[in-house]
Amino acid sequence: MAKLLTSLNIPAPDDFYETLIRAHEGLSDEDSAAFNARLILVLANHIGDPDVLGEALEAARKPAR
Amino acid sequence: MLQDRYTLAFRLYPYQRSADQDASAPVRHPVVVGGAGPIGLAMALDLGRQGIPVVVLDDHEGVGQGSRAICFSKRSLEIADRYGCGEAMLEKGVVWNVGKVFHDDRQVFEFNLLPEQGHKFPAFINLQQPYFERFLFEQIEAERARGAPIEIRGRNRIDAVEDKGDHVVLTVMTPDGPYALEAQWLIACDGANSPIRSMLGLDFEGRVFQDSFLIADIKMTSASFPTERWFWFEPWFKSGASTLLHRQPDDVWRVDFQIGWDVDRKEEMKPENIRRRLDAMLGADVEYEIVWSSIYTFQCRRMRKFHHGRVIFAGDSAHQVSPFGARGANSGLQDVDNLGWKLGLVIDGKAPETLIDSYNEERVYGADENILNSTRATDFITPKSKTSHMFRNAVLDLAEHFPFARSLVNSGRLSVPCTYDGLSLNGPDALPGGPARTRTGSACPDVPLDDGFLLARLGGGFVILSINADAPESIEEGGVTARRLVLTSEDDPTGVLAERYLGAARSAVYLIRPDQHVAARWERFNDDALRAALRKACGKN
Repeated sequence: MAKLLTSLNIPAPDDFYETLIRAHEGLSDEDSAAFNARLILVLANHIGDPDVLGEALEAARKPAR
Repeated sequence: MLQDRYTLAFRLYPYQRSADQDASAPVRHPVVVGGAGPIGLAMALDLGRQGIPVVVLDDHEGVGQGSRAICFSKRSLEIADRYGCGEAMLEKGVVWNVGKVFHDDRQVFEFNLLPEQGHKFPAFINLQQPYFERFLFEQIEAERARGAPIEIRGRNRIDAVEDKGDHVVLTVMTPDGPYALEAQWLIACDGANSPIRSMLGLDFEGRVFQDSFLIADIKMTSASFPTERWFWFEPWFKSGASTLLHRQPDDVWRVDFQIGWDVDRKEEMKPENIRRRLDAMLGADVEYEIVWSSIYTFQCRRMRKFHHGRVIFAGDSAHQVSPFGARGANSGLQDVDNLGWKLGLVIDGKAPETLIDSYNEERVYGADENILNSTRATDFITPKSKTSHMFRNAVLDLAEHFPFARSLVNSGRLSVPCTYDGLSLNGPDALPGGPARTRTGSACPDVPLDDGFLLARLGGGFVILSINADAPESIEEGGVTARRLVLTSEDDPTGVLAERYLGAARSAVYLIRPDQHVAARWERFNDDALRAALRKACGKN
């Protein structure tokens, strides 16, 4: 069964979103992309569980339409 | 001389020569309010109802045209209800609960404000600002008929302000020429471009957003939309980078297009160009009439201090936000609500002048909260870099499928009253098991009682609200009286009183301020504790 949390799990979502966008301030597009790649790897390591990571990859792949 | 800056929707206070203009020496008034917009009128109403003489000066003779502020929050309706015109607003206003968010041609999600039961007023109504101002004016007329000392002087423009320490001297221009006037207190409610602020050379700092928005208020004759708030990110019809559709009374719809920074205003305001955007959105076969249109830009900024000697700033003159979240007029009303009773006590000599410092403290806190929220919404709606644009669209894509992402979609976090957590006037929060929503500093939520609602029973003075607890009928401390409102579980057929004011506690004693914020709360009455809290709430130590 699904292990990936898709309901809200971030306590203050607006705070988080602002922090995330701020972290990219002043970066070039290329540097931002590299930053995102590092961020994903750091978070993936924290999650660890291969089932969750697999479901997360699937969720991100979901077509927008 | 005096020139009209805008055309009027309602002519309410035509120029009349005042005796002050013929006085041999400048006449001194306790309070002069600069500007008869919604905040100035509400300020006059608050003070006049307390019996404090107030003169309002405005360079026009009535309410300007244009719907402008259209979203009024529950808290604003509650404040207006205390002034006597909340029901008129509710009757005229449009109540809405459902919002839909679209990206391109897809609905991303739908939300329902799910109005909580047990309140006299809904979460929001939509109402054109001129109606609101007219209701305030009509209430002022009604209060005047009962003897409230309120005077509104049309075509009286403040041209100079001189701070004299314990009063200010104003030079006022009229059709009959200038005259001088003195005020113990001047309340500047003269809007975002506040001439009074400029005359005093005061700061107004913050962030400028490089984007323009085009408002078209339209009356549709061949089609209709439901009473819902619709917001498009990057709409398929390409009439703007974002578009908002919202209903107002009189079958008028507000359409708000985000049209970019480098626009030719004159060109964009041509009816054929506005119609081009509208036709793309509505379809060429929909017939409508354009009632009002305007282009606006905005900044999120505030004065460092709202209180400078005997000059106090309230509403847009003190702070300005983006419109996303309905935090402009609604926060201005909270300013008035906060300032009115404090100024009343100071003028009556019942509280030290330093009580006005707490207006600055509390409302700067409120303004910062509003600026934070409206800045975030603006950043989400109008992303300023390729990366933030990519994240924004990723949120929208995910929001179609996953609930967590819907919480990140930000087309405006709607105005809720500010809780003055940890500020100077607060007394103890000593009710074990008490609900968080009524903690010290919060605005009292309404409760349905056997006969009517709680907020109407609280009224506008200090109140000792006792629930299943003993307390004296009233307490006087340093000239300030708090009267008791007795409630028990028997007055609470719906259980809402217990849910909102008792929580896990069996009894409670609340000290409630005249602006219906909680000053302190305990489980039981204690004379010393209550007197200390009452002194503290009045700025005395």
